[in-house]
Amino acid sequence: MLTIIVVLAVVLILAVLFTAYRVTALVDVVKKRKDEDFSAVTKSNSWQGILFMLFLVIGFGYFFYFSINEADVYNLPIASEHGVIVENLFSITMYVTVFVFVVTQIFLFGFGWKYRYKKGNQAHYYPHNNTLELVWTIVPAIVLAWLIIGGLREWNNITGPAPEESEVVEVMGYQYAWAFRYPGKDKQLGGYDFRMIDAINAVGIDLKDQSGHDDFMATQLVIPKGKPVHLQIRGRDVIHSVYNPHFRIQMNAVPGMPTRFWFTPTVSTAEMREKTGNPDFNYELVCNKICGKGHYSMKGIITVLDQDEYDQWYQESQENTFLKQNPDYLTKVPADLREAAKIAAGIENITEKQKVTTALSSSK
Amino acid sequence: MSVTDIQLQEDLDHHDDHHDDHHELGFVSKYIFSTDHKTIGKQFLITGIFWALIGGGLSLVFRLQLGFPDMSLEWMRPLMGKWITEAGQLDAEFYLALVTMHGTIMVFFVLTAGLSGTFSNFLIPLQIGARDMASGFMNMLSYWFFFASSVVMFISLFIETGPAAGGWTVYPPLSALPQAIQGSAAGMTLWLVSMALFIASTLLGGINYITTVINLRTTGMSFSRLPLTIWAFFITAILGLLSFPVLLSAALLLIFDRSFGTSFYLSDIYIAGEALPNVGGSPILYQHLFWFLGHPEVYIIILPALGITSEIIATNARKPIFGYKAMIGSMLGIGFLSFIVWAHHMFVTGMNPFLGSVFTILTLVIAVPSAIKAFNYITTLWKGNIVFTPAMLFSIGLVSFFISGGLTGLFLGNSVLDINLHDTYFVVAHFHLVMGSAAFFGLVAGVYHWFPKMFGRMMDDGLGKVHFWLSFVGIYLVFFPLHYIGIAGFPRRYYSFTSFDTFSIYTDLNAFVTVAAIVTFAAQFIFLFNFFYSMYRGRLAPANPWGSNTLEWTTPRYPQHGNWPGAIPSVYRWPYDYSKPFNVEHIKKLEAMPEKEREAEIAKWQDFIPQTQPYTLTPETNLSHENEIAKSEDQAGVEKVNA
Repeated sequence: MLTIIVVLAVVLILAVLFTAYRVTALVDVVKKRKDEDFSAVTKSNSWQGILFMLFLVIGFGYFFYFSINEADVYNLPIASEHGVIVENLFSITMYVTVFVFVVTQIFLFGFGWKYRYKKGNQAHYYPHNNTLELVWTIVPAIVLAWLIIGGLREWNNITGPAPEESEVVEVMGYQYAWAFRYPGKDKQLGGYDFRMIDAINAVGIDLKDQSGHDDFMATQLVIPKGKPVHLQIRGRDVIHSVYNPHFRIQMNAVPGMPTRFWFTPTVSTAEMREKTGNPDFNYELVCNKICGKGHYSMKGIITVLDQDEYDQWYQESQENTFLKQNPDYLTKVPADLREAAKIAAGIENITEKQKVTTALSSSK
Repeated sequence: MSVTDIQLQEDLDHHDDHHDDHHELGFVSKYIFSTDHKTIGKQFLITGIFWALIGGGLSLVFRLQLGFPDMSLEWMRPLMGKWITEAGQLDAEFYLALVTMHGTIMVFFVLTAGLSGTFSNFLIPLQIGARDMASGFMNMLSYWFFFASSVVMFISLFIETGPAAGGWTVYPPLSALPQAIQGSAAGMTLWLVSMALFIASTLLGGINYITTVINLRTTGMSFSRLPLTIWAFFITAILGLLSFPVLLSAALLLIFDRSFGTSFYLSDIYIAGEALPNVGGSPILYQHLFWFLGHPEVYIIILPALGITSEIIATNARKPIFGYKAMIGSMLGIGFLSFIVWAHHMFVTGMNPFLGSVFTILTLVIAVPSAIKAFNYITTLWKGNIVFTPAMLFSIGLVSFFISGGLTGLFLGNSVLDINLHDTYFVVAHFHLVMGSAAFFGLVAGVYHWFPKMFGRMMDDGLGKVHFWLSFVGIYLVFFPLHYIGIAGFPRRYYSFTSFDTFSIYTDLNAFVTVAAIVTFAAQFIFLFNFFYSMYRGRLAPANPWGSNTLEWTTPRYPQHGNWPGAIPSVYRWPYDYSKPFNVEHIKKLEAMPEKEREAEIAKWQDFIPQTQPYTLTPETNLSHENEIAKSEDQAGVEKVNA
């Protein structure tokens, strides 16, 4: 019933509007307006210029009010070394563009208002001015060159090779979660092969490679504060993207093409909790490349620990190697490496039967 | 000389033919399978409007989801069926399909076909002084390929697995694997078929536009006298001709990967519990091919709008466009550079960082010609005598959007800043302003301006102004707040932000944007009413309502097949002689006259001189070098008119 009334009301309102429009149009016809004395200039012409000025003033008022007032809300706190540099360049670019934005819009709408049609006025015939045109070709070119040069230096640093002492972590995106693999005691990530992937070996550790035998998986991306972190990134099924706005990091996770990103976190999770006053704060790993139905909930947690806390966590975690947790996979290790693999993976309680087989194989 | 005479003779013969047969055209050949460029232009326009309503409507559905995630959408079930979940919510996967289709429809069907298709077809022959396109038949095919493409895309909206859902850029592997997302099943196949047809349409049209502009210009219409609209359409057509085939090859390889087991884009994939056999392909290859079209594509969209704006601003400011040659130069510059900036869409894809540096430099270079254009528009307004027709309002709005959206390009084009802004709402705000809304305003401005020539009637001025203000303010209210949301890191193509604490802010701002979008969309119905009502009931238009110089306004009120009833007019000057003052000699002469005569003489002054007016007839305003041209007119130009 209500729907019918709403529909009826809408129809009636539209009918009233249409009739009113029709009446004014007809009155116009009756009154004066013959087709010959049509004029593009209407009574509301001057109003348009005034409305432009109003829009300009109110628009700028609100723009500056909101931008300044909310600056702390939309500018997320920076938590990485290069983030500070990026933010700095962002601010410079912002000042330049806001200046140009304000000036050009003032001229655009200001001229609209000032030079609105007035009877008897004659527009100034001004087809070109080479000096003027040269000026506004060269000035933007110089400003842009200045902005680019600043940016490119930093771009080279950010995308350059990661420092030797970096902590290496493998990040793999898959529908719709992240997997993190650490290199373990030997600090060497083992190789991988997508054909080795199954429900348990989610990242496809290639157990033929010895350096992978001590690799361990983590449910969060745990990284140390103040030390370069080198993310080795790949995608398992479709393209994903490793993104976190606090660290100002982003790199796509592409199946078939490993990518990388390195950065140095500067604020630990605990410090950030204090800083933001949010005891539940966590750095979140955001997937930022459309990847399917669950794209919007593809979240990982990044925990930044102080160096000593991190070392302790690493100590504890490296005991839980992938092979130790899934000893069934020892069968996938080539026979001649199996013994070494057990040692590397920290598998101690070898059963009697296994002892015999090892003894046999070693005696051969 | 003899060549031009023959040309003229042919034109006359051509014209006589038309007189004999144009009354015999039946309904089908007049309105449906028409080869008349004006009808084809209108067909593109109406189809474009249809798609704009669908594309805009889809955006409202996902804006409701973003602005009011808890709202029950049960009332949409009759339309959306199973895509509304049991709980009355929008299906998360269909959300992606909506985003994808919104992008595809708006970019290709509305702002490429609807804008370029409409106005290139309608204006090129009219403004260069031709009876029709070089090939009317190819032109007809161009529309019908577009129509077929539209039908296929429209059908894809209703199939069981839903339309393509991998984003309008349809990056593989997502778009290649139905296991990854339902939309990559039949929906994606239809998308590819539709795009292939669309590309054929664009190429057929583009070849025609280029040929027509080069070959069919009337006597005296040299390239340096072409209106900027034609320059824009011409450059746009060249860009399309060079870039769309690359999209076709990208699509073709994707079809192979999807259906025939090749591995152009696929490698090392484990999905749905199995490792796929594909090895050796690269998803990045697709992105390179796609953006090799994709970036010129955004200029294919915006250049015609800028051309239209140039014409409208000059006419209504009653001033010559400032820096005509610089405008052409910057369009050529933009056209050339648009082919070598594509990888700025790929800074964080893992592409070699050195390439990132190169593309940063090239991208910021392209900002220079764009800046020149903006400055020139503003200077054209300076000391004008501005008549605010609805078309003029929309053109000024376009310039405002072009500046606002263009400036944020300086952030995104800078690889370092792009790290944090890539794929966030900042990007959404940027391109919706600089090319989405700006090009849309160009389209609407063009309709208001040329409606009198299209349908022989005027659109309502008041309704046009209301439409403008609601759209202009509305669009800023929709897209400006998105910058803040983007700086805060909100990713685009997210169904909801509730999974992340980082994005728990700005629910109010998102709701506000949604309300603004609904109001803006509703305002478009004012335009629709005005458009269809005026088509039949609008007041009859004068032949040249805006006091404009270009050739189309020398045709009768409602030009028939062949455009000019008599001979095609010749052109003697550039199209921007607005408010041209008396020259020094004439002022001296005036000063010597008795007052009454002087006043009568001054009253004869008109603030526009059509292109068909020879310099010989305007000694009082000619500049010194134009007097030189006038001398040669006596032999070539005027003689011809008499003949």
